[in-house]
Amino acid sequence: MSQKQGKILGNVAFYLGNTIIALIFVSPLIWMISASLKPESGIFKGMNSLSTFLPTGASLSNYLAVFERINMWKFIGNSLFYVIIIIVLDLIVNSLCGYALAKFEFKGRGILLTLIISLMVFPMEAIMLPLYKIVADLGWTNEWASLIVPFIAKCFSIYMFRQFFLDVPNELLEAASIDGCGPIKTFFKIVMPISGTVYATVFILDFVSHWNDFMWPLLVVTGEEKRTIQLAIQTFFGSQPIQYGPIMASLVISAVPMLVMFILLQKQYVEGIASTGIKG
Amino acid sequence: MKQRVIKKKSEKIAAYVFILPAVVLLFAFLILPALSTVRYAFTDYNIMRPDQISFNGLENFIDLFSDKDFFKATWNTIYFTLIVVPFQTALALGLALLISSRRKGVSIFRAAYFSPQVTSMVVIAILWTVLYNPNPDTGLLNAFLVKLGFSANGFLNDPKTAMNSIIFMSAWQGAGYQMMIFLAGLQGIPTEQYEAASIDGAGKLKQFLYVTLPGLKNIIKYVIMITMIQAMKLFTQPYVMTKGGPQDSTRTLVYYIYEQGFQSRNFGYACAIAAVFFVIVVAMSLSMKRLIDNE
Repeated sequence: MSQKQGKILGNVAFYLGNTIIALIFVSPLIWMISASLKPESGIFKGMNSLSTFLPTGASLSNYLAVFERINMWKFIGNSLFYVIIIIVLDLIVNSLCGYALAKFEFKGRGILLTLIISLMVFPMEAIMLPLYKIVADLGWTNEWASLIVPFIAKCFSIYMFRQFFLDVPNELLEAASIDGCGPIKTFFKIVMPISGTVYATVFILDFVSHWNDFMWPLLVVTGEEKRTIQLAIQTFFGSQPIQYGPIMASLVISAVPMLVMFILLQKQYVEGIASTGIKG
Repeated sequence: MKQRVIKKKSEKIAAYVFILPAVVLLFAFLILPALSTVRYAFTDYNIMRPDQISFNGLENFIDLFSDKDFFKATWNTIYFTLIVVPFQTALALGLALLISSRRKGVSIFRAAYFSPQVTSMVVIAILWTVLYNPNPDTGLLNAFLVKLGFSANGFLNDPKTAMNSIIFMSAWQGAGYQMMIFLAGLQGIPTEQYEAASIDGAGKLKQFLYVTLPGLKNIIKYVIMITMIQAMKLFTQPYVMTKGGPQDSTRTLVYYIYEQGFQSRNFGYACAIAAVFFVIVVAMSLSMKRLIDNE
C-alpha cells in the first residue's frame, strides 16, 4: 500500500467514523428538534425506526402553541435581564479587585489572594440555607436583587482578571502616572481598553453559568413575574395539558439565546475554558 | 518576577478602594453564610418560627448518624461521583482524540460533540425524561433496545437503573466541555514527540500511552478535579427527572438539604447536612488530589 493510499484510507476512516459517532451523539437533540416540528399524533409514531428522527409533516404550530400558552418572551427577557446585570457588575467589581491584587502593594494582599484561590471552588450549595435567610431578611425574596446581588463578586473572575493583569507592562502604568493619571483614571482609561479579551472571556463564562441557574431561582422566585427561563420550561413540562410537541418546542426556544452567545463569542469561550485548564 | 512599581501613598489607598466592593460582597454573601451554616447546624432553627431558635448542641449530628435517608443520600452522591467522573473524563478524552487531527471540517464534528452544552441541564433533563420512557412504544431508547433484541429497561422508573440513567445522560451532556480543555492540551504536545516515537517504531497505542497521556497529565488532573466537585453538587437532574426517587435511589446530599431545609423546613438539621456535605466535598477533593499527585 502506497503512502497516498494510506492517507486516503485514513481520511475515509476519519470522516466516516466521526460522521457516524457524531450522528449518534447528537441524535437526542435531532429527535428533540424533529419532535418540536411534528404534529402531536406523529411524535411517538414509528419510534423504533430511523424515521422518528425525521420531521414528518413539519410545521411551526407547536412553537405558536408555546407562545400562546405561556409568556416565553417574558421569561427569556427575565433571564437575559438579570444575567446581563450580574455580568456587568461582575466585570466591574471583580476586575477592580483582580487589578489591585496584580498591581498594587498593600497590607493583606497575600491573605486575600490565598482566600480567593481557596474559595474558587467553594460549593454554593453548602451555604444556600443561610444565604436564603440573608436574602429574605433583606426583604429581597422575589425581587431582582435576590437573583443578582449575591452573585456579583466571584473568586473565579477575580482570579482570571488577576492572571491577565499581571502581564500588563508596568512601564505603561508608570507612564500614565507620570502623565498625571491617578490610579482610577489609569485603570478605566488605559488598562480596561487594552484588556478586551479577558473581559470577553469572563463575560461568556458568566453568561453560560448564570443562564443555567436553576436551584437558586427555584428558591427565591415565586410566581410568574420574575420567573426565569429554566424555571419556566420546567414548569411548562409539568403543566396540563401535557403535549410533547409544545414541550419540545419550548426546549428548543429556550436554547436559542445561548446558541447565539456561543456563535458570537465561541473563540473567547474556548480560550476561556482552555486557559483555565492549562493554568490550573 | 514582576516588579511592583506602584508604591505611592495615594495608590495604597486606591488599592483598598479597588478591592472594597468585592471584599464586602464576598464577606456578606459567601463568608457570612458559610459561618452561619456552621452556627445553625447546632440549633433547632425552623424557618416557620424564626423567633424560637435555641442551641441544641450536637443533637442534629447525632440524629444524622441514625438517619437512614442521610446515609442513602451520601452513598448516592459518592456513587454518582465515582462513576460519572471516570466515565465522562474518558468520553471527553476519546472525543478529543477523535477530532485532534488538523483536517478540513473538523470544526463541524467539534460543534456536534459540544452541542449538548449549548442547551441547559434543565432542557437535557426534560428531554431525556421523555427519551427514557419505560414504554417501548413511546420511549426512544427502549424502542431501539427492543428492536435490537434486548428487553425494555425501566431506566428512571427502576431504582436499580435510575441513577445509572442520570449518570449516562450527565456524562453525555458534560463531556463536550472537558473535550475542549483536552483539545487545547493536545495542541500543546509538540508534534516532534510523536515523530520521534514513530521513528522508534511505536504504534498508535504506544504513542497514546507514552506521548499523549504523559503530555496531558496535568490537564487530566485538573479535569478530574473540576468534574468531581461539579458531580458532588448533583441536584438539577434528580429534581427535574425523578424527585429523588424511585425509592430514594437518586436522592443526593444537595437534594436532601433542599428537602429538609425548604420542604420540611428543618433549617437547623439541613444546615448540619450542609456542613457535612461541605466536609465530604473537601475530603474527597483532597484525597483525589493525593491520589493523582502520587501517580
